[in-house]
Amino acid sequence: MRWINWHLSKRDRLIAGGAPILLLVVIYLIMAAARHAANPSDKILPLPGGMFTAIAGLLTTPDPLSGHLVFWADTFASLQRLGLGLGIATLFALVLGLLIGALPPIRATLSPLVTGIAVIPPIALLPVLFIALGLGETSKVVLIAIGVAPVMIRDIAAHVGSLPREQIIKAETLGANSWQIIARVALPQAMPRLLQAIRLALGPAWVFLISAEAVASDIGLGYRIFLVRRYLSMDVIIPYVAWIALLAILMDVALNAISRRAFPWAHGDGR
Amino acid sequence: MSTLLSLKNVWVEYGDKVVLEKVNLEVSEGAFLSIIGPSGAGKSSLLRLILGQEAPTRGTILLDGQPLKPECGPDRGVVFQRYSVFPHMTVLGNVTFGLECPAAPFAARLFGTARRKAEAEATAMLEAVGLGDSLNLYPAQMSGGMQQRLAIAQALIKRPRILLLDEPFGALDPGIRADMHGLITRLWRDYALTVVMVTHDIKEAFTLGTRVLALDKRRHDPHAPHRYGATAVYDLPLRGPPVPAAEPETQHPDPVAATN
Repeated sequence: MRWINWHLSKRDRLIAGGAPILLLVVIYLIMAAARHAANPSDKILPLPGGMFTAIAGLLTTPDPLSGHLVFWADTFASLQRLGLGLGIATLFALVLGLLIGALPPIRATLSPLVTGIAVIPPIALLPVLFIALGLGETSKVVLIAIGVAPVMIRDIAAHVGSLPREQIIKAETLGANSWQIIARVALPQAMPRLLQAIRLALGPAWVFLISAEAVASDIGLGYRIFLVRRYLSMDVIIPYVAWIALLAILMDVALNAISRRAFPWAHGDGR
Repeated sequence: MSTLLSLKNVWVEYGDKVVLEKVNLEVSEGAFLSIIGPSGAGKSSLLRLILGQEAPTRGTILLDGQPLKPECGPDRGVVFQRYSVFPHMTVLGNVTFGLECPAAPFAARLFGTARRKAEAEATAMLEAVGLGDSLNLYPAQMSGGMQQRLAIAQALIKRPRILLLDEPFGALDPGIRADMHGLITRLWRDYALTVVMVTHDIKEAFTLGTRVLALDKRRHDPHAPHRYGATAVYDLPLRGPPVPAAEPETQHPDPVAATN
């Protein structure tokens, strides 16, 4: 059989997908064990036990200075920044994307501006944001929003702009005005695309979040990673990175599930 | 029969490419006009003119004696070959939308009793095209023929002065196409419609139409083929508009009569 036609069963897909991950974990464990055999106080490749002890401390022992449980306080602070930044970007993407995609005068007015902002590397704006908005929460949230919004706006605008001309004509012959076409024809068809755009924006959003926290912060997942780096605390860094990965995967799965559930017509489901 | 639509000396040019030249056309109320012609002869351009999607480069178009605005409006319904229905609305939603637009300019939706009334009217229309059992399906769950039935119901709910069909049955298989011919003939008679249909299928044009218009280029310059546009080369009246009740079935050849 050609490889191109070789479709795996669900169980086989699970085995095939799990194998490389398991392989990497085993390689890591072998290397860590070897290093610990040579030097029991090795910090570079901590064993699972060491990571567990370090994280258990951050999970249960309050920080002497602030009184927070460090792990949960970091997670909450980071998720809040990420949520606010992505939320603002999503709102802009929806409103501006619909207007730019559907209304030619708005497209002529705003499209060059959005394109211009989109080509600026957002990290290059970080100093500007810190100077203009201070080192607090605002600058971090704005960095995330400004970093992901232009791409999302352009994606939604392009999607709305590529709706079949026939649909728009049809709506006009049904007596719909511009607002009704945006609200009833363009908006519902942009929603599944918006959720996909958020999924794709999650990656860059995390990058901007960790960058902002690394440069100036006193709490957050990125802040903690860059703080303990000074002590070579791989036993904290590795679990934190794994936790970030898990959060990102959960968000991705949740967004996909919402899209399938709310917009069955866009996924060929519902039959 | 009074003239509903008239085109006077209409030209369509894109840059220096002439698509239609010197088109004069009078369509009387209740007519079923079939437009045929080779590819690139401006059939779709003519339909877009009547639809209001484009303005003629020269000439005037009158609907009910009034100059036609170059914008689509609810007095002209349309069914395209594809993409005529909204994929994100159910069958019922697709048809109800046409009733919601004029009634709710800001909310873009109807609620309560007004909604139920609109849905009842839409349901009646859907039953007339044979989709009474499919109210809650999405278009992607239906066959091409059912989607075209839906598109026709969607257009007719607005009681348009003219129904424009742009190769509406071109993508359907022959059996379904014969069913659709029966349906459109019945609706044309029941609702006293005026229909303008563009088609590639000459048999279909003569089967359905009361009049067949053939577009083609009269002149051809081999060195500049784009400089001459197409115009009406044949205009064949076949039969008058249907007289209610007294219309004998024999006037409609087989595929139509069989399904009526």
